[in-house]
Amino acid sequence: MDAVLRIFRGDAQGGQFQDYTVPLHEGMVVLDAIHHVQAHAASDLACRWNCKAGRCGSCSAEVDGKPKLMCMTRMDEFQPSEPITVAPLKAFPVIKDLVCDVSWNYEVNKRIPPFHPKPPEPDGTWRMQQEDIDRVQEFRKCIECFLCQDVCHVLRDHEKKDSFAGPRFFVRVASLEMHPLDVASRTAYLEEQGGIGLCNITKCCTEVCPESIRITDNAIIPLKERVVDDFYDPVRLAWRWLTRRDRAP
Amino acid sequence: MDRFETYRYDVLVVGAGGAGLRAAIEAAAQGASVGLICKSLLGKAHTVMAEGGVAAALANTDGRDSWQVHFRDTMRGGKMLNDWRMAELLAREAPARVVELEGWGALFDRTPDGRILQRNFGGHQYPRLAHVGDRTGLEMIRTLQDKTVHSPGIDVYMECTVARLLKDDGRISGALAYRRETGRFVVFRTKAVVLATGGIGRAYKINSNSWEYTGDGHALAYDAGADLIGMEFVQFHPTGMVWPLSVRGILVTEGVRGEGGVLKNSQGERFMFRYIPEMFRADFADTEDEADRWVAEVIAGRTATVRRPPELLTRDVVARAIAQEVREGRGSPHGGAFLDIASRRKPEEIRKKLPSMYQQFYELADVDITRQPMEVGPTTHYMMGGVRVDAETQAATVPGLFAAGEVAGGLHGANRLGGNSLSDLLVFGRRAGLGAAAYAKAYAGDLQVDAREIEAIAAELLAPFDHVGGENPYAVHDGLQDMMGTYVGIARSESDLRTALSELERLRARAARVGVEGHRQYNPGWHVAVDLRHLLTVSEAVTRAALERRESRGAHMRVDYPDSEPAFATVNVVVRRRGDAMTVDQEPIPPLPDALRRIVEGKD
Ligand SMILES: Cc1cc2nc3c(=O)[nH]c(=O)nc-3n(C[C@H](O)[C@H](O)[C@H](O)COP(=O)(O)OP(=O)(O)OC[C@H]3O[C@@H](n4cnc5c(N)ncnc54)[C@H](O)[C@@H]3O)c2cc1C
Ligand code: SF4
Ligand code: SF4
Ligand code: FES
Repeated sequence: MDAVLRIFRGDAQGGQFQDYTVPLHEGMVVLDAIHHVQAHAASDLACRWNCKAGRCGSCSAEVDGKPKLMCMTRMDEFQPSEPITVAPLKAFPVIKDLVCDVSWNYEVNKRIPPFHPKPPEPDGTWRMQQEDIDRVQEFRKCIECFLCQDVCHVLRDHEKKDSFAGPRFFVRVASLEMHPLDVASRTAYLEEQGGIGLCNITKCCTEVCPESIRITDNAIIPLKERVVDDFYDPVRLAWRWLTRRDRAP
Repeated sequence: MDRFETYRYDVLVVGAGGAGLRAAIEAAAQGASVGLICKSLLGKAHTVMAEGGVAAALANTDGRDSWQVHFRDTMRGGKMLNDWRMAELLAREAPARVVELEGWGALFDRTPDGRILQRNFGGHQYPRLAHVGDRTGLEMIRTLQDKTVHSPGIDVYMECTVARLLKDDGRISGALAYRRETGRFVVFRTKAVVLATGGIGRAYKINSNSWEYTGDGHALAYDAGADLIGMEFVQFHPTGMVWPLSVRGILVTEGVRGEGGVLKNSQGERFMFRYIPEMFRADFADTEDEADRWVAEVIAGRTATVRRPPELLTRDVVARAIAQEVREGRGSPHGGAFLDIASRRKPEEIRKKLPSMYQQFYELADVDITRQPMEVGPTTHYMMGGVRVDAETQAATVPGLFAAGEVAGGLHGANRLGGNSLSDLLVFGRRAGLGAAAYAKAYAGDLQVDAREIEAIAAELLAPFDHVGGENPYAVHDGLQDMMGTYVGIARSESDLRTALSELERLRARAARVGVEGHRQYNPGWHVAVDLRHLLTVSEAVTRAALERRESRGAHMRVDYPDSEPAFATVNVVVRRRGDAMTVDQEPIPPLPDALRRIVEGKD
């Protein structure tokens, strides 16, 4: 049996969808179908992939309009009679075909205040209890597929890339803020550069995360609470005003 | 040449997996200016896929462990062909490197008293692998990536592929690369190059590797005149997925066996008891009872008092055992063996300890590993052979060239133990960074790159665009993979290897005629065409080295020489380029010093 893939072909200047027929086999995933097209019909069809096992987060695309990892999306999820559309992530500029320019994400990451550990025990190592790191390990599962960034309306529809870090980086900040060894604070970053206030908790990001990270409940909401505690608590507000860096001599 | 984008660095690191990142961090810490190049986006290198853990004798989980035992296990696992100094450095330095990662933010699973938890793995006498569930590589690469991003002095070039190294009067002076996004060439001028490009798995059809694994670093080093050693030793991991077709080769972590999983044939027999080699008899259980007791003790967090199950023998042994069961008609329906953890551990334990495996089988193979056995079989996994380096500095035999990680040879001898690669990346990545920075600092000469040479290479790289109607690069790659699997696979023979050499000639001729469609911008067909050259070089090196080693040892099995031969016990097979010809020599391995010999023999 065959399936028809309707794939976006084009670049920053524009493009169109083109149909390709691929033979189906048991257990096939969308990425297999893309590879088949590359090998037999369009050797210059651009896509990213590495692990083919849902671990690297390279093969993100919109399959029938839904943000997915192509290597983990089975062809038998779809009606064989209908073409399956495959398009690049919408929230980022297209480079070519299914590849888009995600470099903005790497720039955002650079601005997050880095990990800053407390001093180790006398033997040079640290003690931590498993139950204290469980919640941080959840955040550290992130494979940087940027599917959450793609669906978040603040980035997707409102183009707030200059003032909003996006769910991926709230997860990243949470992994640092809740790290039992970390002593730095990132609430100022979240409020001022990260723009966490723009998130209105729609949970769209959580729904698409292939690592099932509960982005909204476990990362964003607790971070919002920290920001409120640090920024809008009247006592702290007064303290912050008194100790503002630009007031120092 | 002025028309090419050009950059200058003290040290150019090619590859951003664990080894490349660790090297870049160290070189920058020494004050060198560093360029870091990778074919994919940052954080997507192969290291991200590592599952089981990083081997380091921290002795947290079993206090009897020590660097000496780790050294002994590594040497015995490598069938004594290892560069013993590298094995010693690995065993001594790995614990500090792992703890250092923790100081950079990595969060490993914990013991009840809050230290780094360690798990059992094949060939390691004690539980030794620090891990994070079954996503250790992700934890490692993310930690190193963040450290890199916040290390001043490192410029990162993502989706940029090095196509050739450049030399000036016998020394490394630069590299020519192209950007995937635009197809444009970039010239890097540098005093030192650290190759950290990983392995060669894409030379085989059934493999656990990504598209990046085309042996670029091996071939770049070879072309630059460096020695390659141990190229006959390709590791076939015993447990890759075998069904459905679409996932054939994808890795099933050895952690499944470390957590108590057992291998069975179609008759329900735990066949590994029949395959325990003489050398390991004293260390492995000979009854199911004893093996089960070991698992029970280890799971309960107690120190094991009995011998370990034979499923935890080294990879070469287990891979061959599965292949033999299949050959003798006791295979699973799709030509593998059954790996069963469902009947050994509780579903919630399996999901906690092996979450990615659970998900991988559930979503891709419709198998619930908490209820059903997995079907597994050998898959091409890791390259033991590689660039010959100096143990202390990772310097290759060409001045200015360094190599670390999977692309470097020597450390693992004839067979790598699981978990030793991730520690290799940390220990020798750091050493390569130190070595390259020191070399760059010490070298004051003025290095040139040859504009005419660069133009000529650029023209050669672009040739496929002119071959209208030429060979399809994917088809040639496919042909090569089939050929290597058939003639240079797990079981080898003189006649098969000779056939492989003549097939390689034919494939080389086809590769010279490949044509690609479209333009230079993000064109995977073109990228495959460029990679073919590297794949052909490494395939030839593997084949020639395999011909030369007329014995069976570790991962290298010759059906026409089924035994290990004393004459080959102390030699490396060295591949190098002489003019345009590939030459192969046997060279003696320096003898093991007495102090280390006593450790290997278990006398210390
Ligand atoms: C599925 C799987 C599981 C594994 N599990 C374990 C485990 O549990 N424990 C363990 O110890 N080992 C494990 N291994 C092995 C281990 O992961 C690898 O050997 C190791 O990660 C290799 O690291 P590296 O730094 O040498 O190279 P890689 O991480 O592969 O990085 C190579 C880098 O080089 C770049 N590169 C390559 N060619 C070029 C070029 N021409 N130009 C520019 N850049 C280039 C790539 O883009 C990439 O950035 C596993 C391997 C696999 C496949
Ligand atoms: S919950 Fe917040 S971050 Fe997530 S998609 Fe909605 S607005 Fe975006
Ligand atoms: S948080 Fe989830 S969806 Fe977002 S980048 Fe990470 S893995 Fe992808
Ligand atoms: S290829 Fe790695 S997640 Fe799909």
